[in-house]
Amino acid sequence: MSRFGEIVRRDLRLALRQGSDSVMVVTFFVLTVVLFPFGIGPEANILARVAPGVLWVTALLASMLSLDRLFQADYEDGSLELLVLTPTPLEVVVAAKVVAHWLTTGLPLLAAAPVLAVLLNLDAAGFKILLLTMLVGTPILSLVGAVGAALVLGARRGGVLLSLLILPLYVPVLIFGVGAIDATLQGLEPRAHLLILGGMLAGALALAPWAAAAALRQALE
Amino acid sequence: MHRFANPARFLRIANAALPWLAGVCALSIAAGLWFALVDSPPDYQQGDSVRIMYLHVPAAWMGMFCYTAMAAFSAMALIWKHPLADLLARATAPVGAAFTLLCLVTGSLWGKPMWGTWWAWDARLTSMLILFFLYLGYMALSNAFDDPTRGYRAAAILALVGFVNVPVIKFSVDWWNTLHQPASVMRKGGPAIDPSMLLPLMLMALGFQTYYFVVLILRARAEIAGAKIHTIRMAEVHAAGRGE
Repeated sequence: MSRFGEIVRRDLRLALRQGSDSVMVVTFFVLTVVLFPFGIGPEANILARVAPGVLWVTALLASMLSLDRLFQADYEDGSLELLVLTPTPLEVVVAAKVVAHWLTTGLPLLAAAPVLAVLLNLDAAGFKILLLTMLVGTPILSLVGAVGAALVLGARRGGVLLSLLILPLYVPVLIFGVGAIDATLQGLEPRAHLLILGGMLAGALALAPWAAAAALRQALE
Repeated sequence: MHRFANPARFLRIANAALPWLAGVCALSIAAGLWFALVDSPPDYQQGDSVRIMYLHVPAAWMGMFCYTAMAAFSAMALIWKHPLADLLARATAPVGAAFTLLCLVTGSLWGKPMWGTWWAWDARLTSMLILFFLYLGYMALSNAFDDPTRGYRAAAILALVGFVNVPVIKFSVDWWNTLHQPASVMRKGGPAIDPSMLLPLMLMALGFQTYYFVVLILRARAEIAGAKIHTIRMAEVHAAGRGE
């Protein structure tokens, strides 16, 4: 468990010191969302109608764009091999890296989402549930994304390939995330959607580290 | 199972089975098409459009069956490192993708006159589309590495991860009560369709199933032959390099 904390701290330190990665992810999120009022026109009621979907889709893309730094840098400079050689199970290493990834991408996205929701004129009733769905949903994105990021290590055109592998698997998160917000906005109970999202998080939490660890092992063989 | 991991033994059995499978495939598709297009009644509601179902439903079954087979072969390849299982999984992917595409296209053609739309974002349709993308991702990933075995291994893991989608497709019509009709053949209490329509459906399903086996054997045979040629060429190059 202490090693888990060590790896999380190491990745956070790397992210904070060497780069503007989190800033870039949030900037991408903000810029893409800001494009939509230009694309579909500034009418407030239309924007309010599409706001949950736009926020979720762009958050999903922003999260996906940051996946390459989960393992790629460690793979290139060889520290991933050292991490594999440590007595810590590789699954724990993966889980720690996913936690660090979520803290540096999911959390900033979560912080930026309410501001953007104001820009898109989201109904006041939707704010709480937007944050709640993103709080449950973005860790699923990081977990499933870790599997994809581990699979494409060393592949040709890894970035494009990653989107082909990961986006189909992101679809359920998107459906239930937006579904919960839409249900609330229409005055319905969002509980069922949230429970399914929670179930997906539990499933991903239990299975994704194993799949990603298996992918890392075959990448380093 | 380990007995059949030997390529030579696999080829012997496969070559013996191939003409029979091809025969069954041709006969059942011919008979199935005859019953489907000529000798079966039009539906009381759908009219002659119901005949699209005789292609659509077996194609959908095969899309799911091929993914299941691909995931099973991938698991075998990962667990026991059978090269043959790897090869069979890769040979299954394009067939499954083709069946899934056929299912989506025929469903769309049927949807236009029946539902009044080419496409609806219904749970069954969406999950089937995701299945198609999973096939594409599998094929792209298995070809994305300079070292082919790396690609096979990575793609095998992806096939297992993507398998979560298959039960979602199967039960999507029960979990979400949307446009697509629920199961009418494989359901509790027996099939809910008339024998005159069940017969062509089952014949087509048998035809598609045997078609898959025929293509699988042909593709596996070609791959094994390709690997042999590769080995022979490499041996020749090495011999030339030693100056013999």
